[in-house]
Amino acid sequence: MNKPHASNTILYLDGVSVSFDGFKALNDLSLYVEEGELRAIIGPNGAGKTTMMDVITGKTRPDKGDVIFNGGVDLTQLDEAAIANLGIGRKFQKPTVFENHTVFDNLELALKGHRRPQSSLFFRLSGEQQYRINEVLGIIALTDVHMMQAGSLSHGQKQWLEIGMLLMQDPDLLLVDEPVAGMTDAETEATAVLLKDIAKTRSVVVVEHDMVFVKSLDCRVNVLHEGSVLAEGSLDVVQQNEQVIEVYLGR
Amino acid sequence: MTHQPLLLRIVKEPMAVSLLSVLILAAFLVPMLNLMLPSDSAFHVPSYVVTLLGKYLTYALLALSVDLVWGYCGILSLGHGAFFALGGYAMGMYMMRQIGDRGVYGNAELPDFMVFLNWQELPWYWYGFDSFGFAMLMVVLVPGLLAFVFGWFAFRSRVTGVYLSIITQAMTYALLLAFFRNDMGFGGNNGLTDFKDILGFGLQTDGMRATLFFLSAMAVVTGYLVCRFIVDSRLGRVIVAIRDAESRTRFLGYRVEYYKLFVFTVSAVLAGIAGALYVPQVGIINPSEFSPANSIEIVIWVALGGRGSLTGPIIGALVVNYAKSYFTGALPEVWLFMLGGLFIFSTLFLPKGLVGTKAISDAFEEQRLRLAKFLRPYDYAEGGEGR
Ligand SMILES: Nc1ncnc2c1ncn2[C@@H]1O[C@H](COP(=O)(O)OP(=O)(O)OP(=O)(O)O)[C@@H](O)[C@H]1O
Ligand SMILES: [Mg+2]
Repeated sequence: MNKPHASNTILYLDGVSVSFDGFKALNDLSLYVEEGELRAIIGPNGAGKTTMMDVITGKTRPDKGDVIFNGGVDLTQLDEAAIANLGIGRKFQKPTVFENHTVFDNLELALKGHRRPQSSLFFRLSGEQQYRINEVLGIIALTDVHMMQAGSLSHGQKQWLEIGMLLMQDPDLLLVDEPVAGMTDAETEATAVLLKDIAKTRSVVVVEHDMVFVKSLDCRVNVLHEGSVLAEGSLDVVQQNEQVIEVYLGR
Repeated sequence: MTHQPLLLRIVKEPMAVSLLSVLILAAFLVPMLNLMLPSDSAFHVPSYVVTLLGKYLTYALLALSVDLVWGYCGILSLGHGAFFALGGYAMGMYMMRQIGDRGVYGNAELPDFMVFLNWQELPWYWYGFDSFGFAMLMVVLVPGLLAFVFGWFAFRSRVTGVYLSIITQAMTYALLLAFFRNDMGFGGNNGLTDFKDILGFGLQTDGMRATLFFLSAMAVVTGYLVCRFIVDSRLGRVIVAIRDAESRTRFLGYRVEYYKLFVFTVSAVLAGIAGALYVPQVGIINPSEFSPANSIEIVIWVALGGRGSLTGPIIGALVVNYAKSYFTGALPEVWLFMLGGLFIFSTLFLPKGLVGTKAISDAFEEQRLRLAKFLRPYDYAEGGEGR
């Protein structure tokens, strides 16, 4: 496997293992992501894709291995909030928005900075921040429903709202778990365009099962299987890989 | 999105406006009808009623404090009775010191129960309670500090849900056992009682009863405004986010434990103030106030009134306690069954409580629209909602 170039690697996982009651969800997983890169992760159910994101974002502590962000920060020592504030945003596999808040308030809560209780008690939205929220509302096509409760959005709209919340956080690295699950073909296409656009200014890691979608992302792909990387390269290349074919067909 | 001043926001809500106006009106009217009218007048409010209503109002403030943590932040505290009782004990200790040498034993240095136990000197933790100011500080500080320390450990270890409820019960139960002990120095089983006066004014006088009623009503109004300010702020939106999706909130970079700690502590302080107003009106504080069942009862008031709405718990506490006074007088055996029945009924049929029932909220929504049209007719001239 390729060795990372020390200077412009944003995320670096080395020999990461996680086990749940003896079952190895991640098994000596090594992977790196470059600054400004769009990366897709595929793999059969239970391959460890979500677990990998849990490890990066501080939800799960690995049994061993290093997770290094931005050239030196050891993520395994930090909790979820600290990691989020370092500039890592995450979209969950099951869309999770704040259902009882309006779409607007969901974005406002995700707004970068202002995380301390003391200041939030007297917080007032500045004109500039208001402008940014409106801008993101436009990007995720939810301007018309910005006063609606997030709980009443359609599944696809919730997915987009969650991506919008990521944009409000303005992270350097976005981890996006199955963004197009439950979307129509048109929505899926639009999501691919959106993510490619986002990846122009930051690094994005996308986990997805939908091969058409992954193809349209047109980026480097890792195949995960039983907790480690089975193959890496463009989608066409990995789809030719015999081990990969076996894993997908042999199920 | 809520940039308008607090009062302007409240004015637009008929339910809140009605409730607050009734409270403020009552704060002035009830004492006046009690003090100024001759006792044979049809409109005279007897003193015992003033005190009874005052007691209900302290329960309303207590319910409000539970709603802030449970209704808005999802922390189901089954131990708020402890904060209420601690505020009450702080007030009781002040009133004990006020007795001076008017006790049964005529000992100016020690409260009666300490003389009875053959104690020679005042324990150090009773120092300062001669001073009203110090005692009032303790009313706020003791429950606040306990909540802070308790919350610090519980929230940092991420104890949530049922487990948190259980340890809050354990906390109040532990305090119950501790306060029962004579050597704790809080009067043991009998608690603190035989109070005479506050700041030199006799507790049994109509003037004092009316004053305590007035303060209780205003405390509920102030408590409402404080809670309202909190839940309408960005902090309020964060705690609702924590209630609905705690881990999502963490992944956005919020330190959930600090937010919980903040509301839990504020809430305990409100409960403590409620307890301090309660004790002089009922004339006694004893360890039974710490009993786990008390804390559970508060939750029933909130559930019945409507959690997650600040008017709901106030109404719930007043309604349930009025019913309790009535039924424990009329049919004492059935009250507990009724209370249980009410709780089951409200969880099954009124998930949003009394204020959330469709009939009531529709009626108020209609008023709100009428009021909105009245205040800003041009927004509605074209028809539609004018948003
Ligand atoms: N908290 C947990 N406790 C026990 N086992 C777990 C836990 N989390 C994940 N696993 C197991 O670890 C394995 C990897 O799960 P993971 O969710 O990472 O897979 P995935 O690649 O995201 O799959 P999918 O495509 O279905 O989302 C699965 O077998 C899963 O059952
Ligand atoms: Mg997954």
